[in-house]
Parts: sequence; structure tokens; C-alpha cells
Amino acid sequence: MRIAICVKEVPDPTAEKRIDAGTNRLVRSGENTLNPYDRHAIEAAVQIKEGPAPDTEITVVTVGPESASRSVDRALAQGGDQSVHIADDAAAGSDLLGTARILAAALKRGGYDLILLGQQAADSESYVMAGMVAELLELPCVTQAASIELGDGAVTVKRQVETGYDTVKATTPCVVSVSDAINDPRYPPLPAIMGAKRKPHEVLSLADLGVDAGAVGAAGAGTSVSGLSKPEGRGDTIVIEDDGSAAEQLVAFLIEKKVVA
Amino acid sequence: MAGIAVLCEVQGGEIAKGSLGVLEEAARLGAALGEPVEAIVCGSGLDDAAMGALGGFGASKVRVADDAALASGIAQPVVDACASAQESGQYRYWLAGASIMAADAMAGLAARLGAGIVIDAVELHAEGGALVTRRSGLGDSVLAHCGFTTPVGVVVTRSNAFAATEGTGGSAPVERFSPSFKAYSQAVQLVGHEDAEDSGPDIGAAEVLVAGGRGLGDAAGFGPIEECAAAFGGAVAATRAVVDAGWYPYSAQVGQTGKTVTPKLYIACGISGAIQHKVGMQGSGTIVAINKDKNAPIFDYADFGIVGDVTTVVPKLTELIKARG
Ligand SMILES: Cc1cc2nc3c(=O)[nH]c(=O)nc-3n(C[C@H](O)[C@H](O)[C@@H](O)COP(=O)(O)OP(=O)(O)OC[C@H]3O[C@@H](n4cnc5c(N)ncnc54)[C@H](O)[C@@H]3O)c2cc1C
Ligand SMILES: Cc1cc2nc3c(=O)[nH]c(=O)nc-3n(C[C@H](O)[C@H](O)[C@H](O)COP(=O)(O)OP(=O)(O)OC[C@H]3O[C@@H](n4cnc5c(N)ncnc54)[C@H](O)[C@@H]3O)c2cc1C
Repeated sequence: MRIAICVKEVPDPTAEKRIDAGTNRLVRSGENTLNPYDRHAIEAAVQIKEGPAPDTEITVVTVGPESASRSVDRALAQGGDQSVHIADDAAAGSDLLGTARILAAALKRGGYDLILLGQQAADSESYVMAGMVAELLELPCVTQAASIELGDGAVTVKRQVETGYDTVKATTPCVVSVSDAINDPRYPPLPAIMGAKRKPHEVLSLADLGVDAGAVGAAGAGTSVSGLSKPEGRGDTIVIEDDGSAAEQLVAFLIEKKVVA
Repeated sequence: MAGIAVLCEVQGGEIAKGSLGVLEEAARLGAALGEPVEAIVCGSGLDDAAMGALGGFGASKVRVADDAALASGIAQPVVDACASAQESGQYRYWLAGASIMAADAMAGLAARLGAGIVIDAVELHAEGGALVTRRSGLGDSVLAHCGFTTPVGVVVTRSNAFAATEGTGGSAPVERFSPSFKAYSQAVQLVGHEDAEDSGPDIGAAEVLVAGGRGLGDAAGFGPIEECAAAFGGAVAATRAVVDAGWYPYSAQVGQTGKTVTPKLYIACGISGAIQHKVGMQGSGTIVAINKDKNAPIFDYADFGIVGDVTTVVPKLTELIKARG
């Protein structure tokens, strides 16, 4: 079976982030990393390959600047066989719609049986890319999968909804986004990290995919940010490092606040 | 393009509370923009009188797609229904609250219409004759004023951003329409459903909640959390990550897909603090966070944060609270 995983490079969630006051875009020049939620999608694909479908071929697909190749390698080290990286200056400033259009064009070309995404991106905390890509590809879609089972030209997925857990069955080819509880992604061993660079990498432009540059990037964005402001904060936060007395300090705080008597 | 369509979701035979709040907010926006607001309801076996009551929450008309294909709460047939409604209605904006189904449906609709989409909007403003949302980002440290450049704009609002009132008791005319469904939209079938059992303690009523996340390590990690909650005379809450993993029951889940709670004290243990968790507990009186990563987003909205290991801090806290009797 042929599996594609959409992976995104995001600013390191543990580093401080800021938005450029001129362009109103996230400054992406700092320390970047593979979206942690996407590691669960990769692990899900690897488990399919190790289990029910050993002849599986895993392709990692990303949209991002050339520098995002580091995150592609990181994804490949975790278990991908090859990568497709759409890097084009005209793609810069893509919003959800533009990114979905580029991803869909790249995915269509690959003819995959299963397209996996993370539950959300750590920078934007949206969770709709799977639904958008599936619609553009005219494929069935299941989001937020807590488990995936393969069989008979279909995937069976358990997923949380507001009233409990649904079990749904989707025919393949289909698009599935996975919950961060679906598995525990492994950390790749050093040789896998070293070997990732030597796996086949395809770097494509928008023209290679036949994507109209005017429909994506800043030019094709459906949303526009006209200003930024500061939300109301919660107020003062006391943060202490535990030196063995943290519980005592917390209880003193709770007594002072009259939360405990 | 004219008018605002609000996707109103049916959960357990009733319109979801979240949808009512969004509908009322849409009515305020519609008044400011001079745009009529229509409610779109998708389901099966829907009652006209119940749907007409959406008029009491600001809808000037209620358009109902009633079809067996819409019974299961699967999103893609709803995309087809919304696209049919759009064909005849030519709406300028689509709004929906943040449920699993509605977010997926709005994602599909935006893609089909080539419309810009804003996720997690916390405010809706009329500016220069158009809708400009406030979309918070970067762990809620900044509010982006985000509008649309496409003829149609799609918005999914943040959970609990707009609380519903009791409504005016008015009603609106109900019009039924028949969507046409795409083959791929019907390729996802609901084959089973487990209802969230509400057998555990009622976390909504507890004055103190001690909440556990994946940082507890495994299901057994909830033992010390339960002891701590008992010492406070409170209950245990959980994140989706641990509920999805089967460590703790669904009925204890707090957040976007789970419950919204407002205890006097919320102690988050080994919880990173994702927005989807935050929306369910940020109204708590005092928020305490215990996390070993000093950069965890939970510290941004805690009153008291401890950078430390839950396995050492929590048992000590339990002993101290027990000792106070
Ligand atoms: C704070 C902030 C707020 C934003 N708000 C909006 C908004 O409301 N509307 C809007 O249109 N844009 C918004 N954007 C821009 C948008 O996040 C990105 O430009 C665009 O890449 C959309 O992806 P996402 O990460 O939001 O998708 P998500 O739905 O969060 O991503 C889910 C999954 O999609 C896949 N994926 C996402 N991006 C890529 C990619 N580039 N390559 C491969 N796979 C990918 C991954 O598997 C990921 O796990 C925002 C950006 C920021 C920083
Ligand atoms: C549509 C949608 C709906 C969602 N609905 C919900 C919802 O209703 N409720 C919800 O909670 N989530 C929801 N989520 C998921 C949410 O985005 C996060 O994935 C989830 O909240 C993460 O749970 P967590 O904090 O337990 O796990 P993680 O994010 O993995 O965080 C674990 C934390 O534990 C810390 N830690 C690890 N070990 C220790 C230790 N020994 N001591 C102290 N700290 C430690 C780590 O530093 C980390 O910060 C939803 C997501 C989507 C996309």
C-alpha cells in the first residue's frame, strides 16, 4: 500500500515566537522543528508497514521553504521511504486554503491509498487541513483518529466526538488525521538520522505541479490579517522551580488566596 | 453574496448549546452589517417546531436538510448540504461553533467554495462593512485581526467564546431543502458508537479538580492524582490525550470536545495546556500547574506554576492537605 504523510515544519514550540509587525506573519527564521503532532502520523504509518502491510511505501510530503528539508529528514528518519517537498517562493504566505491546494496537487500526483495528517499544527493550532485536502481530492475523510485498523479496502477508525466514541469505516483511498494518543512515536536511532539524507528526495515547484501561483501564497490567500492586538491576560503568574519545597509553597499560596482553609 | 449562514448542530435531538451562542453572535454581527442571518440545520427526523425556535436566537429563517444520510453526524454529507444551501442562498459568510463535526464540515465547505477560513475565532467584528474576526494565536499571546479576501468567508469559532442566552422565545419560518450527495461523501459509514458513560463523579459540580495529563506516564499514574483529589474533597479531571489512550474515562475529560468546568481550584498535573484543553477550564477560580517543562503553555494561564515532577510534588501536596484535615 502507498501511504503519504503530510508534515509541517513549525517554530520550535519550546522557543519564544513572534509575529512580524510589517507582514503580520509568524517569524519563521528562528529554531524550527517537525510539528510534534505529525510524528504520530508517521508512527501510525510505520506500524502499518511493520504489521498488516509490509509492502507499504511511505512518502513524506511537505510544503515549505527549502530550509524545511531538515524537518523532512527528521520525518524520514522516523520511518519514511522518500519525500516530496514543494518549495517555491510563490508559496510563501499561503494560508489554510493555499496550503491545502498545494498539498492536494502533490497528493493527487502520487495516487496514494492512505493520506495521513497530524491532529493539528503546533503553531497555528488549527485542525482542519485534513478536511480541506480530502475535499479537494474528493476523497472520504476521517479526522482525530484514536486508532486505525486496515482491511478489505477500507480503514476502520475509532474517534472521539462530543457524545463519546464513534467507530467509522472509510473506503480507501482516504484521508485520516490522527490524535496524539494513537501511539507513542519512537525516537529514531542515530544511523536512521544519518541515513535519512540519502533517501530519495523530490523537490518540486508550483509549476511542476501545475498549480497556479496566483491561487496560493500571499497572492491567493483567502484570509488577510489587518492588525494585531494583545488579548487580556490572566494576570500575574507565580512560577517556581521545585527545590523540594514546592508543595509547601503551593499550600501557603492556597491559604493566602483562601482557596483552602 | 449576501447574508450570514450559521450551521446549527443537532446533538441528541437538540440544537447544541454552542450553536445557539454562535447564532446569537451572528445576529449581532448581521445587524451591524445589515445582513440577514439564516440557520442551517442538518439531520434526520427533525421537528419543524423545534427548528423554528431558532428564530428566538436571531435566525430570520431556518433552512433544514432532513435526510437519512445526515443522521450519523459524519461531516462530509453535511458539506454537501451546506454547498446546496450556498447555491440557493449565496451567503457571504458561514459561521459554526467548534465541534468535531462542524469544524470538519466547514473545512470541506471552504475548500469546495475556494473560501478563506478562520479557525478558533474569539470575536466577530463589523469593520468597514465586512466581517473581521479576532483569531488568537501563539498560545493566546496575540490577537490577529483576520478578515477575508474571497467572496465567501468561513469561520469556526472557539468553544465557549459565545455563551447563549435563554433566547426571546420567538420563532422563524422553516424551509426544507434537499441536498444532493457526492459519492465520496458517503464513503464514510458509522459502524459503532459508545456513549460516554456518566457513571463517575460529576466533575462539573466539584469545587476542586485535580487534572491529569500524559505527563502522568501511564494509567497507574492516576492513583496519586485520585488520592490528591480525595484529600481536597474534589474530583479528578483528564485531558483528551489520556482519555483517547484509555488511561481514564471520557466522563472526566475537560476541554473543547469534553466538559467545561469552573471549579474554585483546578490543579493541572502533567498537562501541556493546549488551547483545546484550556477552553474547558480557563474559567476556574485559581489555576495551578505542575509540569516539568518550564516552557509548557499551561504556565501562561496558571496563577501558580510549579516546574517540577508530578511524581514527587503531587504526593507531598496530598500529605500536606490531609494533615490540615
Ligand atoms: C497563529 C496563527 C494563526 C493562523 N490562523 C489561520 C487561519 O485562521 N486561517 C488560515 O487560513 N490560516 C491561518 N494561519 C496560517 C496557516 O497556519 C498556515 O499558513 C498553513 O500552513 C495552514 O496550515 P495549518 O498548520 O494551520 O493546518 P492544521 O490544520 O493545523 O494542520 C494539520 C495538519 O496538516 C498538515 N499540514 C499543515 N501544513 C502543512 C504543510 N505546509 N505541509 C505539509 N503538511 C501540512 C500536517 O499534517 C498537520 O499536522 C495561521 C498561522 C498562525 C501562525
Ligand atoms: C478538535 C480537537 C478537539 C480536542 N479536544 C480536547 C479536549 O476536549 N480536551 C483536551 O484536553 N484536549 C483536547 N484536544 C487535544 C489537545 O489539542 C492536546 O492534544 C491535549 O490536550 C494534550 O494532552 P496532554 O496535555 O495530556 O498531553 P501532552 O500535550 O503530551 O502534555 C504532557 C505534558 O506533561 C509534561 N510532563 C511529562 N512528564 C512529566 C512529569 N513527570 N512531571 C510533570 N510534567 C510532566 C510534559 O512536559 C507535557 O507538557 C483536542 C484536539 C483537537 C484537534
